Amino acid sequence: MKRILRYVIFYGALLGIWAILAKLKLWPPYLFPTPWGVGESLYAGFSDHSYWIAIMVSMQRVLIGYAVSVMLGMILGLGVSSSKFLEETMGGLLVSLQSLPSICWWPLALLWFGLSQNAILFVVIMGSLLSVTMAMEDGRKQMPKIFGMAGRNLGARGFRLFWHVLLPASLPFIVSGLKQGWAFAWRSLITAEMLYMSLGLGQVLMMGRDLSDMNQVIAVMLLIIALGYIVDGLIFKTIERRLQHKWGLVPAT
Amino acid sequence: MTAANAQPLPSDHRSPRPNGRWKSGSNTLVLPDRHAHENVTPKVSLEGISLSYKASDGSRFLALDHIDLNVQPGEFLCIVGPSGCGKSTLLHLIAGLHHQSAGTVLVDGHTVDGPGTDRILIFQELGLFPWLKVGENVEFGMKMKNVPKAERQERVEHYLRLVHLAQFKNSYTHQLSGGMRQRVALARALATEPDVLLMDEPFAALDAQTRDLLHDELERIWAETGRTIIFVTHNVREAIRLGDRVVLLTFRPGRLKREFPVELPRPRHLEDVDVARAAREILDELRGEINRSLEAEYRDGVKPRVDPEAQQ
Repeated sequence: MKRILRYVIFYGALLGIWAILAKLKLWPPYLFPTPWGVGESLYAGFSDHSYWIAIMVSMQRVLIGYAVSVMLGMILGLGVSSSKFLEETMGGLLVSLQSLPSICWWPLALLWFGLSQNAILFVVIMGSLLSVTMAMEDGRKQMPKIFGMAGRNLGARGFRLFWHVLLPASLPFIVSGLKQGWAFAWRSLITAEMLYMSLGLGQVLMMGRDLSDMNQVIAVMLLIIALGYIVDGLIFKTIERRLQHKWGLVPAT
Repeated sequence: MTAANAQPLPSDHRSPRPNGRWKSGSNTLVLPDRHAHENVTPKVSLEGISLSYKASDGSRFLALDHIDLNVQPGEFLCIVGPSGCGKSTLLHLIAGLHHQSAGTVLVDGHTVDGPGTDRILIFQELGLFPWLKVGENVEFGMKMKNVPKAERQERVEHYLRLVHLAQFKNSYTHQLSGGMRQRVALARALATEPDVLLMDEPFAALDAQTRDLLHDELERIWAETGRTIIFVTHNVREAIRLGDRVVLLTFRPGRLKREFPVELPRPRHLEDVDVARAAREILDELRGEINRSLEAEYRDGVKPRVDPEAQQ
């Protein structure tokens, strides 16, 4: 109860300051929108379904891209962590590639795939693949060796050893990396969508700019924040808490 | 080397037994008689086992040196030695988790070249899977062996009952006490129905009461299932409490120093005078090795590391 009250006070104050600043008309309304203007834009966007469609399209893209990069990243990470040669060679390459902002892949993606859904997916995958790979590699290293030995001792080998032992044993160590991978995927997606007119939240955001509709710009920004928070703060947090509980790392709530 | 050094422990002068050796009395448990198997193929046979690996400074390090040892079917063998003598490593070799540099490990006359569910090792740190419930942990080895589901369930129930943990089937392992976790590990190992049970200092971290209780349970389960057990410990009394035979390893490199048949009647207790006296004799032998181990520990400032992983 107290926590909810704190939230209400904080966000109420924030909205209040915003409303007062807007009311004072220090800046023209097309540069500094009012909270109710943004609210109206949100309402209009949802009631004519344009925001719903944008959310669906964006979520679909990010889910596909993220799923692909998780699968590829796990295979890559496993390879890198289980071979000294790969670790020394590819490990370094992965770290250096990570300094490349994912949108730098955009020109390459355009030339390879043309202006299409695939180009966007490519950027999303490149954005999150590396952090998933490194998380997997790190998880394998941090995972206590005893689990692998115990698994082999009990007759697990090959894929079953990976699936039934190594993967679950390393989950608590890779989940934060998976979360980071998600955040990268989401950012890469929005960036790519802003550069390419094809539905999606990024495009709706750019449309707001083109129409000089400040209400819409702020409304879509809020949507992007909210979606990111829901997945990151709620879904991943829950998974993390569950894992920690199962492993006995935190007391049960 | 083993047979030549085998010496029975001296007789108890205050209460002499029929033939001057410690013999099982009539009031003992009915246990597998190891003498009945002396002409049979040994269950486990170590032939000239050596293990060396590269130390961090690049020099070769000899951890185990020419170990020859036969373990009879149904025998309870205890291996004692100071820390760093390679006794855990020896178990890992028998389990097939690591490879020796020279020599052969035979089980039922067949060469071991990898892990197999005929030999299950209970690790010192147990290695229970925290993401699985107690019952699922016990089921794991059977699942890997493709035992049908119905039979798996039956055996999970059976072995959890055997270690008195039936009501904890759906708990997670971190919710259990140390002694209970130890019993889960025992049930998990037994459930795959291995011929040989390898136990690596399983009770070292337990309090005295729990350990006494688990000694009784282990002895009972051994008697009921007739498994061959190779039990590693640094606690000499524990070795005498449990073993048919105790072998002593030296410190760096690990060599078989001596072996002692234990013919005290079962059930034995840690506090028995006979157990204490037998322990004293082994300890006298062991003391020199322990001193060398401690000296090395102080000199190097670190615990001697016997890590076969490092050889790769």
